[in-house]
Amino acid sequence: MSFIDFAICFSLVVISVSLLLLFVRFIAGPTLEDRIIAIDLLAVVGVAFIAVYSMLSGVTVFLDVAIILGLLSFLGTVAFAFYLERRNKR
Amino acid sequence: MIVSVILKTATRYLIPLMLVFSFFLLLRGHNEPGGGFVGGLVAASAYALFAIANGVKPTQQMLRVKPLSLIVSGLLIAVLSGFAGIVYYGVFMKAFWFETKFPVIGKIGTPLIFDMGVYLLVLGISLKIIFSLFEEDEQ
Repeated sequence: MSFIDFAICFSLVVISVSLLLLFVRFIAGPTLEDRIIAIDLLAVVGVAFIAVYSMLSGVTVFLDVAIILGLLSFLGTVAFAFYLERRNKR
Repeated sequence: MIVSVILKTATRYLIPLMLVFSFFLLLRGHNEPGGGFVGGLVAASAYALFAIANGVKPTQQMLRVKPLSLIVSGLLIAVLSGFAGIVYYGVFMKAFWFETKFPVIGKIGTPLIFDMGVYLLVLGISLKIIFSLFEEDEQ
C-alpha cells in the first residue's frame, strides 16, 4: 500500500465522518440559518468527495462535476440568503 | 432591493467563469459528458446570479436580446441542423461530420450545431422563467 492509497482511504473516512456530522446539524439545527449553512457546507464536502473519488477511480471527468457543483452551490447559498432577507423584512 | 458589496464583487469574478465553463460544456458535449442542455443551464444560473446581485432591469440590459427571441432562434438552429442530413444522405437529422479534428473539441459536425440550438433554447426558457419570477416579486 503506497502513501497515496493510504491518503485516499484516510480522506474518504474523514469526509464520511464530516458528512455524518453535517447531517446531524441539518436535522438538529435550531434555526433556518443553521440548516442553510449545513447545505452550503454539504456542497463543499461533496466537491472534496468527488475529487478524492476521481483520484481513486482515475476518471478525470468527475473533476468537471466538482467544478460545476462548486460554482452552483454558491448560487444556491446566495438564493437562500436572498429569500431569508425578504422573509425577515415582512 | 438590498445591494451587497460582497455579493457584487463575487459575482463580477464568478459570472465570466460560469459563462466560459458553460461554453466549454457545450463544445465538447458531443463526445464527452456535457452538452447543450447542461451548458444552457449553467449559463442561465450565471445570469440568475447577476439578477440577484443587481436586479432584473440591469440583467435585461446586459443580455440585450429578449429571452423569447433566444428561444425562437435556438429552435430554428436546431431544426435547420437536421436538414443537412436530408441534403447529404436523404435522411432527416442524420449526422454529418467534417473529417478534420480540432485539439479539444474533436470532430465538428451537425450535432454540434444542434447542441448550440439546444443551448440557446434552454438559456432562453430558463431566463424567461427567472425574469418572470423576479418581476412578479418586485410588484
